[in-house]
Amino acid sequence: MKIVTDKAPTVDVATILTAQEIEGIKEYIQHYPHARAASLDALKLVQKRNGWVDDAQVNAIANLLDVPVTDIEGVATFFNRIYRSPVGRHVILVCDSIACYLTGYEALSAKFKEQLGIDYGQTTPDGRFTLLPICCLGNCDKGPSVLIDEDTFGPVSPEEVAELLEYYP
Amino acid sequence: MTSEAQPKRLSIAEQFARRKQGKAPSQLNEQRVPIYGDKETATIETRPLTWRLAHHDAILDLATYQSLRGFEGLKNALDKAPKEVGDMIKAANVRGRGGAGFNAGLKWSFMTPPDGGPRYLICNADEMEPGTFKDRLLMERLPFQLIEGMLITAHAIGATDGYIFIRGEYIIAAERLMAAIDECIANNLMGDNILGSDFSFHLHVHTGAGRYICGEETALINCLEGRRANPRTKPPFPQISGAWGRPTVVNNVETLSNMPAILVNGVDWYQNLPNEKGNSTTPGTKIFGCSGLVNDPGLWELPFGYSAREIIEEFAGGMQQGKTLKAWLPGGASTDFLTTEHLDTIMDFDSIQKAGSRMGTGLIMVVDESQDMVPLLKNLEIFFQRESCGWCTPCRDGLPWGVKLLTAIDDGEGQVGDIEKLEGLTRDLWIGKTFCAHAPGAMEPLMSAIKYFRHEFESKIVVEPAPEVDEQTSQWAESEIQKVMSTMSKGKPATSSKASTETNNHSDAKAGSEGESNDSASKPSDVK
Repeated sequence: MKIVTDKAPTVDVATILTAQEIEGIKEYIQHYPHARAASLDALKLVQKRNGWVDDAQVNAIANLLDVPVTDIEGVATFFNRIYRSPVGRHVILVCDSIACYLTGYEALSAKFKEQLGIDYGQTTPDGRFTLLPICCLGNCDKGPSVLIDEDTFGPVSPEEVAELLEYYP
Repeated sequence: MTSEAQPKRLSIAEQFARRKQGKAPSQLNEQRVPIYGDKETATIETRPLTWRLAHHDAILDLATYQSLRGFEGLKNALDKAPKEVGDMIKAANVRGRGGAGFNAGLKWSFMTPPDGGPRYLICNADEMEPGTFKDRLLMERLPFQLIEGMLITAHAIGATDGYIFIRGEYIIAAERLMAAIDECIANNLMGDNILGSDFSFHLHVHTGAGRYICGEETALINCLEGRRANPRTKPPFPQISGAWGRPTVVNNVETLSNMPAILVNGVDWYQNLPNEKGNSTTPGTKIFGCSGLVNDPGLWELPFGYSAREIIEEFAGGMQQGKTLKAWLPGGASTDFLTTEHLDTIMDFDSIQKAGSRMGTGLIMVVDESQDMVPLLKNLEIFFQRESCGWCTPCRDGLPWGVKLLTAIDDGEGQVGDIEKLEGLTRDLWIGKTFCAHAPGAMEPLMSAIKYFRHEFESKIVVEPAPEVDEQTSQWAESEIQKVMSTMSKGKPATSSKASTETNNHSDAKAGSEGESNDSASKPSDVK
C-alpha cells in the first residue's frame, strides 16, 4: 500500500522567511523535545511582519519544522488570533463574553461599528483597523474590555471610543 | 471597607499611559489591595497567596521577593525527599483551583514511578472561562511565587521540564514570567543543580493564541505539542501518558501558587486555616472575586467559609445603585446559576455543590434584575458554540442547535416545545455523552436558567390562537363523527381487537376511579 503524505512542497525557506524569523523559530524549537511544538510560536512570530500569515509562510514553517503542511494549516486556522487573511494595521478585539455583556458590551460594540463604519470581521477602507469579537479577555472586573494589538483596556464606555482610536494612528 | 475601596475609574488617557509604562491591567487600580482586613497584619500565615501585595505594589525583582520569605518553601522542600513533599500536599488536601477541586497531592500520586526519562509539569494558565480573572493577578504581580510553587511541585513529582501554558491575551503576564525565569536561571534557582542540590528543572513559557478549549488538560497538551487543541481520550490520564507520551502533571496557577506557604508553615497550619470562620471543612485560602454590576468588582484572598452574600455585599460593595440581584454564577460561565435564596451558601466546593451548582473558580458573577435571561443565555451559549473544538458530534452540532433555539425564542419566533428541546439538549450533551467537559459545561447555566426562570422563556414563546371555526361546519362535522362512531359500535362487535381491549380497560379504569370518588363522596353522608 502506498502511503500518501501531504508533506509540504519543498520550498526555499530563506526566500520566504527573514533570517531573523528563521533564527527565532529555531530558538523556539530549543524549548521542546520535538520541532512540531514550535508551530504556534512560529506562526505568531511570522504574523508579526504583516499582521497575518499567508500560504507561502505556512508552507515555509511546515518545511522548517518538517511537519505536514495541513497540520500547520490546521493549527493556523484553529486559533482565534492567527489570521489567515489580511488585517488592518491595528486589530481591535472586543470582548463579548458574559461579564462584558453584563456591563455594557452591546452599546460599546455598536459604537465601535458606528465609529469605524464596519462590521465584525471587516477592515476599514484605509487599512487602519480590523474589528473582531473575542472571547473572555480575563479582565472581568473591568468590563467591558477591549484588546487593541497588545494593549488591554477596561472599562471602556461608548463615549471613550473616539479617543481610544486616536492612540492608534 | 466599601467607601475606602471604591476604585477610581481610570480615563482612557490614564489607561494608555499606564500600558506604555509596562503596567498591567490588574495594576490599574493600584490603590486596591486584594486582601481583606488589616493590611498591616497580613502575613504569610494569614493571607499566604497575596500578603506580599499588602506591603509592595508589585513584586518585580527577585531580591524583593526573597526579602519577603521568597524561596524559603523551596529550600524546605529540597531538604525533604520528593515523596515526603508529595505526601505533605496530599495530607494538606489542597483542592485544585482550576475548577474541579480535586486533591492536588492525590493527582500527583498517580504519576508512574521514575524510569530515568523526562517527566513534565505543566502550569495551566489558560484562563479563559468568562467571569474569571484571578490567575492574571497571580502571574502579573507575583510571578516568583508561581515559579517557586512549580519548583516545589517539580521536585515532588520528579519533573525534569516544565511549561507555563499561558493564554495569548495575557501579554504582560507572559513577559514578566519570562523575565522572572531568566532571573531565576541567573541565580541558580532554575536549571541544573538548583541551590546546590541534585534537583534540576527547566521551565519554559508557552503562549497560546486564544482558544477556550486549551484550558482542558489534554487539549492543552495537544496544543503544547504543536497540534490542534482537541482533547484526548482518558484514560490514559496525563500522569501515565501526557506531553510527548511521558508522565505529566497539569495544575492551575492558583493551585501551584499555594505550595510555597505550605512548605513554610506546614500541613497543620494549612488544615487549621478554615477555623477562622469555623464553618467550612475546606482547608486553605482561596482567591474569591466578584464581577458584574457591583460597586467594587475585584479579587480578595479569603479563607473558605465566607458566604456569597458576604462576598457580594461586604467585599464587592453590594449592587450598584438602582440594581437588584437576580441570579449569580458561583465561578465562571460553565457553572449553574443560583438565585437570591442561595446567597447564604458558604463559598466552598461542597456547600456550593449541595446548593446545586459548582464552585468552579470561585469568582462570583452577578446578574441584575434588568437582565432578560433569554438573550443572556444566548450570549453564553454563543460563547460555547464558538469555542467548541468540533472534535465530537454532540458538541459540534448540539451547541449550534441550542443557539438556534435560543435565538428563535429571543426573536419571538420560538415554537411551543422549544423549551423542552433545550431541556433535551441538556440531557444529550451531558457528562459521558461528549468527549470532554466543554458541552456539559455549556449545559449547566442553560439547565439552571430554565429551572429558575422558565417563565421568562415561556413568556417569549407566542402561542398562536386556534383558528376560528365556522359554527355550521363544526356542527356538521360533529354529527358526521357521531354517525361514524355509532355504525362502528353496531356493525363490528369487538372480539379480539387490541384496540377494543384497550378501550375496555380504559373504560374500566375510568369506572373504577369514578366508583372510588363516589365512595369517598358518600362517606361524609355515611357518617351523618
